[in-house]
Amino acid sequence: MGRPSESDSGAAPYDFGGEWVPSQLEIARRAARKSRNIRNSIIAVVSSIVVIGGLALIAVTSPGWKSLSDTFFAWAYGVEVLPKIILGFGTNVTLTLIASTCVAILGLSIALVRTSRSPALAPFRILATLYVDIFRGIPMLLVILLVGFGIPALRIQGLTNNVLILGTIAVIITYTAYVAEVIRSGILTIHPSQRAAARSLGLSHFQSLRYVVLPQAFRRVTPPLLNDLVALIKDTGLVSILGVTDAVRAAQIASSRSFNYTPYVMAAIIFLLVTIPLTRFTDRTLRRSIERQNATGVA
Amino acid sequence: MSQPVLEVKQLRKSYGSEVVLEDISFSVPVHTATVFIGSSGSGKSTLLRCINLLDQIDDGSIVLDGEDITAVDADVDKVRRKLGIVFQSFNLFPHMKVIDNITLAPMKVQGISKEAARENAYKLLDRFGLHDKAENYPDRLSGGQQQRVAIIRSIAVAPRLLLLDEITSALDPVLVNEVLSTVRDLKIEGMTMVLATHEMGFAKQVADEVCFLHHGKILEWGSPAQILEAPAQAETKEFLKRVHEAGRL
Ligand SMILES: Nc1ncnc2c1ncn2[C@@H]1O[C@H](COP(=O)(O)OP(=O)(O)OP(=O)(O)O)[C@@H](O)[C@H]1O
Ligand SMILES: [Mg+2]
Repeated sequence: MGRPSESDSGAAPYDFGGEWVPSQLEIARRAARKSRNIRNSIIAVVSSIVVIGGLALIAVTSPGWKSLSDTFFAWAYGVEVLPKIILGFGTNVTLTLIASTCVAILGLSIALVRTSRSPALAPFRILATLYVDIFRGIPMLLVILLVGFGIPALRIQGLTNNVLILGTIAVIITYTAYVAEVIRSGILTIHPSQRAAARSLGLSHFQSLRYVVLPQAFRRVTPPLLNDLVALIKDTGLVSILGVTDAVRAAQIASSRSFNYTPYVMAAIIFLLVTIPLTRFTDRTLRRSIERQNATGVA
Repeated sequence: MSQPVLEVKQLRKSYGSEVVLEDISFSVPVHTATVFIGSSGSGKSTLLRCINLLDQIDDGSIVLDGEDITAVDADVDKVRRKLGIVFQSFNLFPHMKVIDNITLAPMKVQGISKEAARENAYKLLDRFGLHDKAENYPDRLSGGQQQRVAIIRSIAVAPRLLLLDEITSALDPVLVNEVLSTVRDLKIEGMTMVLATHEMGFAKQVADEVCFLHHGKILEWGSPAQILEAPAQAETKEFLKRVHEAGRL
């Protein structure tokens, strides 16, 4: 990276007189660095094989392995019930898509209300704070039970009894509270001087928010929001308690029929197939966002 | 004599019980530059923030183009469209390229088309030698370049009056000159300005009038030669002496 010719600061301030040739010292340094890197990689690979392979060997040769693998890893049976579980997982995906869209809109609205200073919004500010405090503090399972069983018990005409819809609403209620807080904290980290600069250019309050504050805030909260998305995907499995036939419920039905737990393992694998790539992606986004903040933080 | 661009009358400003500005009166004729000097904490930034309506004043009035902008029914957004301000700390928008920083206000505030706004922005960048930085993000620019972009951003809306608050004090000494020469160019083109600065040499070059601010009051004012070379007040002399001692030899 240290090549001066890579600098793109317009006209080159110095003329190095043609191609740069690394000195003997630098060549020796690079060779040493390279051999050290190779040695480190070999050590990492060998030690990984020894440790992980050893653990696997201990597991497989232990006396309980036979019954364990019959109960959890009966692959033939697993493949047999897989279509039903995948079908159920479709419900989890749909629920995730609908819920995340609603959560994004509602979470942003609540964050905006909570960060606004307009006196007209004062009552809404109080309500929004109350809402966030309450639903961040209750286990989501309770919210699902309250909404899923409680609302039908009211027997109000015109209100749905559809457990899928009620389950989705419960998920939305809970996650909106989390996401609103994440976005609000993002808005609060943008320095007031940015808003002052926007306002002094003649931008209205709303325009300053729209073009200056929110874009920067969103960049900062993308990693935590992606984390919440992963959590949301997993938590859609909780609505199975209402009798919604999602992946978890499909696995439960299959498992209770056969007294074998492989369907649960299959469901777990399907969840992992989606969540692991997303988690890796989140990590990468986070790393990049930290790099960017470090880069601008100096200025 | 035509009507002054800016007229400040008996302005008073306090933060809680601390009076920061008191009995401030001055006027700025068109195409002239008024420079405020004074020690740290004397109220220079506060004065500029008040003129830009970023801070509320306690008493007095500020008249811009014959219109009292501190009147109860004044339209703050409309007033700010006539004023440009450049801060000590640049405050460029880090998530936007240089060109977008400059075109944002012309497009969103003045309703100019994107093409026209970009064309005008490129013209300004050209003139101040920043053409090749248009597509960069601010964090890839040097401090001096960032500050010049901030100046261009504030003049892209063609303000009636430009407020500059110690725009070089966050810069390396070597970068100061490029920014100051940008301001000198603006002065030559006839921009009306109010500045706060610690650079006495620069003040001498651009100022039509120099005001010495001391504990929130204008203690002395007059031509640059008069104030900077033959001040009448003891406090002004003391201040200038300290500046020269601390100054870049
Ligand atoms: N938001 C605020 N709240 C309370 N006091 C403030 C506030 N802003 C400024 N002050 C006070 O007002 C006085 C004048 O500050 P100001 O920033 O205008 O000084 P200045 O002349 O610009 O100084 P410098 O040369 O250091 O920039 C200072 O005593 C400062 O402590
Ligand atoms: Mg100041």
